[in-house]
Amino acid sequence: MKALAARRHHRFAPVVLLLLALLVTGGVYAVLAPSQARADSASTQDIETGKKLFQANCATCHGLDAQGTDNAPSLIGVGAAAVDFQVSTGRMPMAMDGPQAQAKPRQMTDEQTSQLAAYIASLGAGPAIPTDEQVDGSKGNPANGAQIFRTNCAMCHNAVGQGGALSQGKFAPSLERTTPRNIYQAMLTGPQSMPVFNDANITPDEKRDVIAFLEAQRHGSAGGASLGSLGPVSEGIWAWVVGLGLLIGAAVWIGAKSS
Amino acid sequence: MTTSTPTRPSATEPTTPIGRTSDYLDNRTGIGHAVKEFARKVFPDHWSFLLGEIALYSFVVLLITGTFLTMFFVPSMTLSTYEGEPATMHGLLMSDAFASTLRLSFEVRGGLLMRQIHHWAALVFMASIVTHMMRVFFTGAFRRPREFNWLIGFTLLLTGLLAGFTGYSLPDDVLSGNGLAIANGVVKSIPVIGSYMSYFIFGGDFPGEQIIPRLFTLHILLIPAIILALVALHLMFVVVHKHTQYPGGGRKDGNVVGFPLFPVYTAKAGGFFFVVFAVLSLMGATMAINTVWNYGPFDPSPVSAGAQPDWYMLFLEGSLRLMPGQAEFVSWGDFTWSLNVLVPAVLPVLLLIGFALYPFLEAKVTGDNREHHVLDRPRNRPTRTGIGMAFLAFFVILAFAGSNDLIATHFHLSINSITWFFRVLIFVGPWFAFWITKRICLGLQRKDRELVLHGHETGRIVRFASGEYIEVHRPLDEQERWVRVNYTAHRPLELPAPTGPKGTKDKSYKKAKRWAKLSRFFYEDRIEPVTPAELAASHSHGEHDALPGGEDHALVAPDHSVDATEQSH
Amino acid sequence: MSSKTTDVTVPHQDGDLERFPDPGIPEHKHRQADIDPKADKRAERQVVVLFTISVIGTIVALWAYFAVRPDGTVGGVRTSTMVLGLAIFFALAGIGVGAIHWAKTLMSDHEVVEDRHATRSPDDVREIAVQKLADGIKDSGIGRRGVLKGVVISALALFPLTIAVPLISSVGGDWNVGTFRTTLWKKGTRLTYDPTGRPIKASDVTIGSAVHVIPEVSEEYRQTGEWITEKAKALVLMVRLDPRDFKPFAKGRENWTYDGIIAFSKICTHVGCPVALYEQQTHHLLCPCHQSTFDVADGAKVVFGPAKRPLPQLPITVDSEGYLVAQDGFDEPIGPSFWERLR
Repeated sequence: MKALAARRHHRFAPVVLLLLALLVTGGVYAVLAPSQARADSASTQDIETGKKLFQANCATCHGLDAQGTDNAPSLIGVGAAAVDFQVSTGRMPMAMDGPQAQAKPRQMTDEQTSQLAAYIASLGAGPAIPTDEQVDGSKGNPANGAQIFRTNCAMCHNAVGQGGALSQGKFAPSLERTTPRNIYQAMLTGPQSMPVFNDANITPDEKRDVIAFLEAQRHGSAGGASLGSLGPVSEGIWAWVVGLGLLIGAAVWIGAKSS
Repeated sequence: MTTSTPTRPSATEPTTPIGRTSDYLDNRTGIGHAVKEFARKVFPDHWSFLLGEIALYSFVVLLITGTFLTMFFVPSMTLSTYEGEPATMHGLLMSDAFASTLRLSFEVRGGLLMRQIHHWAALVFMASIVTHMMRVFFTGAFRRPREFNWLIGFTLLLTGLLAGFTGYSLPDDVLSGNGLAIANGVVKSIPVIGSYMSYFIFGGDFPGEQIIPRLFTLHILLIPAIILALVALHLMFVVVHKHTQYPGGGRKDGNVVGFPLFPVYTAKAGGFFFVVFAVLSLMGATMAINTVWNYGPFDPSPVSAGAQPDWYMLFLEGSLRLMPGQAEFVSWGDFTWSLNVLVPAVLPVLLLIGFALYPFLEAKVTGDNREHHVLDRPRNRPTRTGIGMAFLAFFVILAFAGSNDLIATHFHLSINSITWFFRVLIFVGPWFAFWITKRICLGLQRKDRELVLHGHETGRIVRFASGEYIEVHRPLDEQERWVRVNYTAHRPLELPAPTGPKGTKDKSYKKAKRWAKLSRFFYEDRIEPVTPAELAASHSHGEHDALPGGEDHALVAPDHSVDATEQSH
Repeated sequence: MSSKTTDVTVPHQDGDLERFPDPGIPEHKHRQADIDPKADKRAERQVVVLFTISVIGTIVALWAYFAVRPDGTVGGVRTSTMVLGLAIFFALAGIGVGAIHWAKTLMSDHEVVEDRHATRSPDDVREIAVQKLADGIKDSGIGRRGVLKGVVISALALFPLTIAVPLISSVGGDWNVGTFRTTLWKKGTRLTYDPTGRPIKASDVTIGSAVHVIPEVSEEYRQTGEWITEKAKALVLMVRLDPRDFKPFAKGRENWTYDGIIAFSKICTHVGCPVALYEQQTHHLLCPCHQSTFDVADGAKVVFGPAKRPLPQLPITVDSEGYLVAQDGFDEPIGPSFWERLR
């Protein structure tokens, strides 16, 4: 105790106290802050709030009535699903110019996202946000999903959804942490370079099968460490680094004179 | 005189079990000769001599694990519906080859382990061949009498490539199937006979129903047989020529200094086999490789991002990616010349073959035709080492070019920019690698020269009464010095006077002139080893000017008397 | 010395050919185990421990094989593989490291010198060898029997053809390379979804879609191996653009599309991978194998990469029920170029 008392007047005592205070505040907030409820159906109130959010955050690029400008496409008819996808992954509002909008920490809460979605949906009929049952992977057939994924998705996203390159710096992102709802919505709305996979091309059941397939990939590999599931190039690197590294190390040991 | 069957020369009957067994064996095989000759055969000791053994032992592991796999793999393209693990494959129509691979991985105990050890062993096999080949190249172990062994080794490199390619195509999955499609496209581009060669390989259109059984025969019978025969020849030559040795005290071209085969190398090399097998087992146990259920059974429609062959084929993949498409043209007669495919496929192979012929080129430019059993330190052959690094750079750059989409994804770059970058680098890189390697070698040689002439810096500073400070140097002992002076700095070939009637216009004289010019490129930049006279000159005072090309070196001491007393031993 | 020198040549003085003498084999340095009996015993104990680890590893591996069974799940296979493999690692590494440690610490490490003989056979051996060959040739009489020699060589050179020709010829099947030019697509063949085979209605294809297409065939045919080979030539990628986005169509191809829906062969004209990546916003088709890029709005012309020729286009229209059908097959061989492609 004497030691602690002695340091009471230390130069850094205020800093330590500040850090402690921040820690405690943050912890209390995390525990006690109310979780956001998701609106199930859009009320007129939601649409109005959504319109205000839109005009504050999106209209600069997408136009005051979402009709589009030179900088960004029209959002009339894109549907609630597109808005939910883009905003919940943080891609929109787009902060930085680049080959494509990147996923980043989201700017809107769940409630605000659904309000924006309600507003855009009110502008013109478009794909709706899927129900929980539609995106429930446990109800899907992963083998069928694997086949659909291989034919339609693997060429951009890699055989197990680890992501891949497109031209000119664009890329198809990894799907390892994508939520089931966003997997569904991305297929439905075709964000940016991704083509549109409407319900006639990949039916709702088939979309759920794809979700089941992707969820099955999250249990690790049967063969051990997956090494990123990137294929023969990474396997070759590991063969040199681990295999030849260990063996050359052993060879040096064998050739060295014993003490 | 009666004839009698030959009997043993009079010796006491063996009594121990070992004695009796050896007697039984020797009576029927004459194995005593071999034991006398080889049991205590001397092999020199250096870790870099074990690289070829990594390749040999990986091959043995491939044979052992491969035999296990053949007990379960079905080399057939007949289709059936698969039922079993993993869930993502259940109920799909697939070939028996793919289905048997799945069953082997998920239902046979130890099956996946054996498959993974087998595939890691294949990757390490090829990696160790390349490393071993570069060690042989950089140390000049390909010189007479080992030129044949070098060519055999080179052929082993190519057959190893084929073994790997046929092997990973066997499971009939989407990734390797696309590799076969690409191979088919390359074959079709061959002028005149390309279409027919494609039909020959696949027994018809791609993919047909014959290719997997054919690859199986190649992979488990023909190619391993060729590899085994060549490896046997390769090792036989090592025994006949005796192994090379690094320069050092007591090591000459006329002797071999090392340890006897039995027991030292039996234990070390035998133990190393177990170590190689152990490391490969560790990798097979813990690191997933070639997870074919993720790629899916072969169907010509799907393709995955990151579609590459195994690492040793990446140089071909990279060269196919870098070549611009404009090179294809149609000639008179409406024949299509697909140079955009042929050049990338053929050029690297031609360069490889050129590399394989290097020993003969070097023999010609040095005029050196005698047997060599003492190796070179790479720094003492700057041009050769530079050429080796240039070749390595070429193939490494191609391998990176073949991974351009993975580089793009990982480093958030544009794949188009990366492709252009490598298009330039493939020309600039090897030349730069040659130049900088040669400079480094020459620099190291000069450093060695300095060391011999002036000794090690001891860190002891001495101040003279006159106020001057010098650092005391400790001269090298005999062994250290010997390693640094025991080499030949070849001089460029001298051009004899023209003897033919045509004088300098004589064809053979012109040829000799060209060789002399090439020889100058190789050897006109050189650092010759220090001689005793030069060492003595460096120890006497003020005679540094006598050495041409004199750079500044710290003087050992300006005063001879300090020299003698201050040097510690 | 007449060789040229450069600024990096550091040559000897003229006449300075004397070299340092070889100092001989370095003095032998003793290892701990050679001089200290305690170190010797310690090294021996270490070797014993290593070999014992191997024995334990073998026992664990055998136990693991029988006790840790793959239970039909991915995790179960992973556990079984890892336990068995790690046990095998110890079983093997114990022997390997043990044997090497034994050799390094305990076995004699005094260097031995052995002489090499020249590889070449001695002159007297060569003389006898040459003489024996000469005797043999003389005995055979071939030296003076020119015609005999000629016909022997011819026979030996020719007989391999009796095996090689049937082998090569049969392996090539029917050698009918004309099949490269034909696909299943004919006038009226319906376009269907890959891999399910459902026919496609034009009204179901929205702008921005990429649809992977195969020709309509019966369900039973789709279970055969022959179908895979035909599919490999008949793959088609179909996209829908706003009709205003197209560059003017080539002559004769003005009505090969339907209301912005356009279809191309999916087999890359470089070396045959499926050109499957469709970038909706740039309307480029990207092949993942070697990055050939084709512009759908401009007749699938090559805009980057090692391909030379545009993708062959499939002319399409709709039938009376609104389903998409081919107007005809492709007007050129699909896929990579080959020598006689244009003849």
